[in-house]
Amino acid sequence: MLRTIFRHSFKDLHGSEDILSPERYMSLRRKIVVLMAVVAVVPLLLMAAINYYEYRAALGREIQNPLRILLSKTKNSFELFLAERTSTVSFIASAYPFEELAQEKNLKRIFKVMAQVFDGFVDLGLIDENGVQVSYAGPYSLAGKNYAEQSWFSQVMIRGTYISDVFMGYRHFPHMVIAVRHMDESGKNWVVRATIDTTRFDRLIAAMSLEPDSDAFLLNKEGILQTNSNYYGKVLERLPMPMPPQAYEARLVETQDQSGEDIYLAYSYFPETDFVLMAVKPRGSALKTWYMVKGDLLFIFVLGVMAIFLVVYKMTDLLIRRMRESEERRELAFRQVEHAQKLSSIGRLAAGVAHEINNPLAAINEKAGLMKDLLGLRPDFPDREKFITLADAILKSIRRCRDITHRMLGFARRMDVSYEELDINEVLADTLSFLDQEAKHRGVAIVRELDESLPRILSDRGQLQQVFLNILNNALAAVPDDGKIEVKTGEATPDSLAISFRDNGCGMSQDTLEHVFEPFFTTKKGTGTGLGLSITYGIIKKLGGDIAVTSKQGEGTLFTVYLPKTARKEAAS
Amino acid sequence: MEKKDWNVLLVDDERDFVTTLSERLALRGIRSRVVFDGESALREVAENPPHLVILDVMLPGMKGLEVLRGIRAGFPNVKVILLTGHGTTKNGIEGMKLGAFDYMIKPLDIDVLIEKMTEAAGGRR
Repeated sequence: MLRTIFRHSFKDLHGSEDILSPERYMSLRRKIVVLMAVVAVVPLLLMAAINYYEYRAALGREIQNPLRILLSKTKNSFELFLAERTSTVSFIASAYPFEELAQEKNLKRIFKVMAQVFDGFVDLGLIDENGVQVSYAGPYSLAGKNYAEQSWFSQVMIRGTYISDVFMGYRHFPHMVIAVRHMDESGKNWVVRATIDTTRFDRLIAAMSLEPDSDAFLLNKEGILQTNSNYYGKVLERLPMPMPPQAYEARLVETQDQSGEDIYLAYSYFPETDFVLMAVKPRGSALKTWYMVKGDLLFIFVLGVMAIFLVVYKMTDLLIRRMRESEERRELAFRQVEHAQKLSSIGRLAAGVAHEINNPLAAINEKAGLMKDLLGLRPDFPDREKFITLADAILKSIRRCRDITHRMLGFARRMDVSYEELDINEVLADTLSFLDQEAKHRGVAIVRELDESLPRILSDRGQLQQVFLNILNNALAAVPDDGKIEVKTGEATPDSLAISFRDNGCGMSQDTLEHVFEPFFTTKKGTGTGLGLSITYGIIKKLGGDIAVTSKQGEGTLFTVYLPKTARKEAAS
Repeated sequence: MEKKDWNVLLVDDERDFVTTLSERLALRGIRSRVVFDGESALREVAENPPHLVILDVMLPGMKGLEVLRGIRAGFPNVKVILLTGHGTTKNGIEGMKLGAFDYMIKPLDIDVLIEKMTEAAGGRR
């Protein structure tokens, strides 16, 4: 499945076509870029996402755990505080007989000691089983007050101990009541009741030393605040949020407060009493570091993706360019080999044909020659002159045929190259001297721009003359009378020379230009063999050089021959 | 040596060509014998050594160059002019190395042939 997709997408790479069009390179480049980018970006994306969630969870735990522990500790402090006070009251109730406690003098003494050891006690009272305050030690005059109708009294009578919610006392500071019932051996019941100043609670909460934007407070199960809170109301006000579900261990929930702010709410219900301890921390501040980390993560991710794309793009670009270059080189080499093979096979064919024709041609030649010889010996032969003319015509045609077959053979011939040190300008001047007469006669100007500083090169004089002659003959044929031919020599590269022949003749069509070096291709219908330039091409290749041609119909033609400065063995035929 | 005293052997499998050539040479006062293959050529040379052999390189059976080798080995004074219908000068050059006097490509110009024969008879090589 994956393989077929891959193969389908990259069939351009498997294609056997020799020419890859620019569009195919573009689409190939696009596909490689996309694939590489996807392969690189997807894992990065996954990593980033996993990191993101893992880190957030870890950071969340990091924030939640201390809060939970702090809450737990503080709850213990509260429980300890209440347990101590309850024990104290309980101890007083059971340690002293009713009669002793009933005397206000004793009670006051006990209260004094008690208040010294445990802070927070405001008063102490003894109430008999009928709910009447028997004695009282404290700032108020409550002796004789009857509590029989109050609910706390019936609760303490039933349950033995009672811890009240916080309430506002007479002097407008929050109080709570702890009451303990005791029954002596005779079955007599009494209740010791102490009032505690709950400002002490604030100190316990302050001991949590929370951050300024956090909050902690005590409530009862109905959601009435038992201590002041920073953000959620004063003591005895109702918590502006619904109460969380009951839980006796420290629990943490993520929720929203009344103003819609995201908060961590840690809470714990007290098992013995009606109290609930709560701590609130805004999530925003808790996650401040997280947001910073998130920003960093995003930054690195974006940077990474950009880097990936940049690298992928550059790499692909390089890759495709290299590929294209090598394809083009291969294409060129292939064409050259093809061309060379074409020339070679045509050459072999030409040689075969020439040879086959040469033998009968030789026979015809001798027969016609004999005919003429015999006619020459017979002055009395009727129509002798006519026959001699005919024989001459045959011989002339045979010579023409011979010229053609000899040139064909010459084309196929692997001539041995004989290298010598020569001055290219001199060779050129020699060659031009053959043509001066014809040029002068037709009024064609041959302009020479020969670079006299050219070094001597190793090459074959005869072959070069043949080359120059072929090109110059074509140029002369192309230019009109009074035309112009420019011959120029110069250095092409540090290793090669260039000899250019420019004429202002008739020029060539694109079609002609493509076939100009092919054997038997001629525009001189009837007079040309079509071998001149292909021989020229073969010679130059053999000498290790190159030939280029540009032409525009009606404007002229430019042939440029490149020759290496030093002789080089050329493998091509 | 006068032309009429030349003893020439023509070797070629193209009968039309070689007999006509012989006839034309005769018209120019040159006597020549004709054989059509290499074996006969060697036999003929052994029986009656000629001054000059005109030898086609491409022969059926025994190759022209082998015939040349045979003649050069047994009769170093016999001059040989090679004929070839084939364009490859390789044969020609090889023949020259083996001691041929010269070589010519068919079809021949009879005047040039006689020129070369005269040169050969002059014994400059």
